[in-house]
Amino acid sequence: MERPVLEVRHFHAWFGNHEVVRDVNLSLQRHKVIAIMGPSGCGKTTFLRCINRMHELAPDARTQGEILLEGENIYQMSPIMLRLRVGMVFQRPNPFPHLTIYENVLAGYLLNNIALSRTEKDAIVEDSLRKAALWNEVKDNLRKKGSFLSGGQQQRLCIARAIAMKPDILLLDEPTSALDPISTAGIEELTQELKKNYTLILVTHNMQQAARVSDDTAFFYMGELVEFAPTRQMFTAPKDQRTQNYITGRFS
Amino acid sequence: MTRFLMAKPLRLSAPQAYPTTDKPAFRPDKLSPAYAGQHKGNSLLKYISLADRKDKLFRRVLWMGGLTILCLVLGILLTLIVGAIPSLQAFGIRFLWGKVWNPVNQVFGALPFLVGTLLTSFLALLISIPFSLSIAIFLGEYFPPVKGRNRFAHLVREAVELIAGIPSVIYGFWGLFVLVPVIRKLEMSWHVLPYGVGIFTASLILAIMIIPYAASLGREIIALVPQDLKEAAYSLGATRWEMIRHVVLPYARSGIFAGLLLSLGRALGETMAVTMVIGNTSEIPQSIFSPGNTLASVIANEFTEAASRLYLSALIELGLVLFVVTTCMHLIGKTIIHRFSA
Repeated sequence: MERPVLEVRHFHAWFGNHEVVRDVNLSLQRHKVIAIMGPSGCGKTTFLRCINRMHELAPDARTQGEILLEGENIYQMSPIMLRLRVGMVFQRPNPFPHLTIYENVLAGYLLNNIALSRTEKDAIVEDSLRKAALWNEVKDNLRKKGSFLSGGQQQRLCIARAIAMKPDILLLDEPTSALDPISTAGIEELTQELKKNYTLILVTHNMQQAARVSDDTAFFYMGELVEFAPTRQMFTAPKDQRTQNYITGRFS
Repeated sequence: MTRFLMAKPLRLSAPQAYPTTDKPAFRPDKLSPAYAGQHKGNSLLKYISLADRKDKLFRRVLWMGGLTILCLVLGILLTLIVGAIPSLQAFGIRFLWGKVWNPVNQVFGALPFLVGTLLTSFLALLISIPFSLSIAIFLGEYFPPVKGRNRFAHLVREAVELIAGIPSVIYGFWGLFVLVPVIRKLEMSWHVLPYGVGIFTASLILAIMIIPYAASLGREIIALVPQDLKEAAYSLGATRWEMIRHVVLPYARSGIFAGLLLSLGRALGETMAVTMVIGNTSEIPQSIFSPGNTLASVIANEFTEAASRLYLSALIELGLVLFVVTTCMHLIGKTIIHRFSA
């Protein structure tokens, strides 16, 4: 078996005295879509934000245990380097309103003061927008502000912005919860394309979405990783009673 | 009856949506006699018609407030123009670029003071920008005064507000007794005439006085930058400074500029502190270290000794010029802000 892209060992996370994630062990393979599902407040988003250390923006956040990215402990890396390798897409589309579409795709380079030649820029923008399935819709409007796009287009712009940095892993934090059904379908379709190049970790509160798009599913409940299994197996023959209850809709 | 039932909660919960121009207000007293008769003695109906009258009264009060402000501005402008008529007749438009201000020979020109005002104000603005901007970033983004936390940030914010509250005559005193001797020593070491008082000293005092305006407004605008966008920047590997530089500042720039404009307005009109440290000579300043006068300071300084009608009228015309300069700056600033936010 090839080396996992991400390994999580005995991982705990706290906000103040509140333990939000407890003792998570996981091992994720490359080029897959991994769904993390669970009821509200189960720690799934916090866990996701720990993977690129975004949880550290909260002043009282604390963690214990290890997360290894390609065998390297992410808590011994600089968070800057880590975030360049682990991209993130948020719940609500958040393109930078003061930048054009073109600049939005290159925002990671702009923010990190990485100088690029004109041809490099053009290539990255076109490649990222194509991968995000947005190129055909915006190629004539690259110099316009990103805010005039529809919600689904804005979210794909954010995906393009994240993959422009050529990350190993793409974190998606409920990326369709603010979108209409058609845009949601578009993003879900896109995940299947993106997994050819990246590993996707998708947090969702929507079971059907997890079933539709993911290869493996992790079920979180009360901060614990209850079960982690191939999606088909999880939804047909869950091992844990709590998973069974969640999937059959006894609680949500 | 249904109309009656529907109209009541609408009025009570959303008063701003109630009486519109295209839709007449619900008037129980204007209903058909039969309808009104049915409800005679109904206390709810009485309450509604009373509330309706109160609403009208309230609207009238608001209108009066608005009109008062308009009348005041027009009145002040008119008074200045009327008072300046003798001077306007004597010097015409040349008053604006007349270099000589000589009360003995009855020759009056505004240029020295116009230069003094613009020079001190813009110099003060320039000096204050790094301070007000860093205070705004510090309090707005870096170390916000959250309730019950960050004591130091609270202290800084209070201090900024306090600076705005100190009467300007105290700044003048402080400038005269502390700043002027220091500047004099500096001027000696720089080999310029050691007046101590002058344009530079006035600009320094002004800079301190106007910091709070840009800093407070900037802080509020910076604190409004959505968390979403900041997180997006962090997730792309930005450091805190890179995030501020590329996300917070561009997002907040029109607000920051509005704060600077407010500061400039304050600097243009500031009188007392400037009068005390600027040196009060009616000549065009040769350098930023020469003494001078501003439009405001010359008025404050000389109106008690304005013996002739023309002298007084010329001073009033200076006031008119100051009024126009301030208005122009305000309009220019508004245009720039509009460009920014477009």
